[in-house]
Amino acid sequence: MSENPDIQAGRTKTGSGTGRPMPSPRLDPRLRAALLVLPLLVFVGVTFLAPLANMLVRSVYDPVVADTLPETLERLRAWDGRGLPEETVYEALARELLAAREDRTLGQVATRVNRVQSGLRSALTRTARRLRDVDEGPWSEAMTGIHAAWGETGTWRALREAGDRYTPRHYLNALDLQRDPDGSIAFQPEDRRIYLFLLWRTLLVSLGVTVLCLLIGYPVARLIAHAPPRRANLLLILVLVPFWTSLLVRTTSWIVLLQNQGVLNDMFVYLGVIGDDGRLAMIYNMTGTFVAMTHVLLPFMVLPLYSVMSAIPKVQTSAAESLGATPWQSFWRVYWPQTLPGVGAGCLLVFILAIGYYITPALVGGSTGQLISNMIAFHMQSSLNWSLAAALGGILLVCVAGLYVLYDRLVGIERMRLG
Amino acid sequence: MTTMTTTTTTTTTTTTAGHGFWRMAYLGFCALVFAFLIAPILVIVPLSFNAEPYFTFTEGMLRLDADAWSLRWYRQIMEDEEWSRALANSLLIGVSATVLATVLGTLAALGLSNPAMPARRFATGLLISPMVTPVIISAAGMFFFYSNLGLAQTHLGLILAHAALGTPFVVITVTATLAGYDENLSRAAASMGAGPLTVFRRVQLPLIAPGVVSGGIFAFAASFDEVVVVLFMGGIEQRTIPRQMWSGIREEISPAILAVAVFLIVFAVLFLLTVEWLRRRNAR
Repeated sequence: MSENPDIQAGRTKTGSGTGRPMPSPRLDPRLRAALLVLPLLVFVGVTFLAPLANMLVRSVYDPVVADTLPETLERLRAWDGRGLPEETVYEALARELLAAREDRTLGQVATRVNRVQSGLRSALTRTARRLRDVDEGPWSEAMTGIHAAWGETGTWRALREAGDRYTPRHYLNALDLQRDPDGSIAFQPEDRRIYLFLLWRTLLVSLGVTVLCLLIGYPVARLIAHAPPRRANLLLILVLVPFWTSLLVRTTSWIVLLQNQGVLNDMFVYLGVIGDDGRLAMIYNMTGTFVAMTHVLLPFMVLPLYSVMSAIPKVQTSAAESLGATPWQSFWRVYWPQTLPGVGAGCLLVFILAIGYYITPALVGGSTGQLISNMIAFHMQSSLNWSLAAALGGILLVCVAGLYVLYDRLVGIERMRLG
Repeated sequence: MTTMTTTTTTTTTTTTAGHGFWRMAYLGFCALVFAFLIAPILVIVPLSFNAEPYFTFTEGMLRLDADAWSLRWYRQIMEDEEWSRALANSLLIGVSATVLATVLGTLAALGLSNPAMPARRFATGLLISPMVTPVIISAAGMFFFYSNLGLAQTHLGLILAHAALGTPFVVITVTATLAGYDENLSRAAASMGAGPLTVFRRVQLPLIAPGVVSGGIFAFAASFDEVVVVLFMGGIEQRTIPRQMWSGIREEISPAILAVAVFLIVFAVLFLLTVEWLRRRNAR
């Protein structure tokens, strides 16, 4: 018996001599593959996807007002939205405003209420400051005496709206919409609409840049794809150098070339094309954004086109022409249809990258060349309206995600190549 | 028969004549596009040797006066403490992020290349998404999230952020290289007694190394050129080269940034040549 296991083990070994020796039990291949991907999924989940989710939550969720004025908002719930609320509401608000002033959260509350209805910031801060000298009610009289806003129905509606923890308000703002007093959704007055226009402009610019890249990239890709190998390599490098060069360097180049005292204007003046006082404004406006974006994104069009075109045998068009097709016909009926996958891949990629463009418009766009991304940055850094920035980001993200899924369906993400 | 041949010959001659003109126009057009691509980058190089604080060619430079050309901007950036600190930051953040991205990205690519991988398409989509998400959105989201964790304005925060943005490059290049890898080599090694780790280390890794290195270079270049996340999340202590250039372009425009730009162009060409060399090696 004691020998048995050894013998059996020995047999197994010799038995599987033609197969593998099985050093360890093999993992299920599905599990093995998943375990390899898992670390990166967790990493990207924590460092990238969680921040995005957090931002999306922020675009609809804001508890500050609700947390600071809980009693007031609770009592306001009984109010029917007409006329003025009851004295108990005034009393609660007075108490909570004073407490907020002590906790230094008043400023945050005032900012948020002010975003719902501008002008209310001072109503809140001044009231909280002066209320210290008021010892007893009636609070409605005291508060209306400090600031007339407390005698208006709209103020209370605004306060109630600002008190919602979950709100679609920032998305409405980001789409130039607002909620009318009766609760219906309508466009903001025309002079206050900005974002839809910017979104529209961003789409138009992205579309324009994509079409331009296709028009100038297609012939170039075709030339490289059908050149002899050595020359093709050389020409490809001319496309790859800008692809690899820092975005900031390329943007700087365009400033150097296009600015008022820049190389191109100097050259035009020197050649007598324009007078010294007629220098062209080619940068810090939409022209600057357009030219620099086209330059930056052109390689993303040329490279996918090139890889599709280099797989098309040159003899095909020759064959078509020898069968009597004109060059025009042989191009449109034989060559072009085969390049469509590359056209689709290039256009989608350029459009996806263009729609979220930030750096180039920020540096060379001036005031007329700003896109939706720049507005997000503005609300992040200057106006500090982070919820609105998050909502604008959410809208942009939905656009990009849609295009990304489309890209996956048409081209396949796994077929994406670099350089 | 004779008439047929004659007609064919005439058509061919006319098309070739037509070709001649159109071909010239086509080549001329392509030459213009190539000039558009490359000239803006080339023009920076001579201008960085400008002796005057201008962004354009002075008359002296055009006359090739030796006095009009100088190394003063190069000297300035060499001596400037801010630029050397920016370089140190860029290298620290870039190298750390690259190591992280390359290790995690290579492992994931090995899994994704396996047909047995469950939900492969969805996982690939998620892992590539940092590359196509507009960087302003990534930066805004990361700013909120990393601030809550106390990671804003730290080197660690930027390393993690840049690693996340760099992983798609590694995943894409390594997956592409693995597509050309013959799985029978792994099986052969395993049949001769090598454990899975040995197979990976001694057989698979050496063969896919060009792809791994290319992916790492892409990830490093992405971090080395990244400005928006640094702009949102980095403090004074974390200023990198692109961040420093950003202020240079926005605030005090001086040809010193042209000198930096020339360095970055040299870097770009080195990266490009290395990746192309690796690609060719891999193709063989």
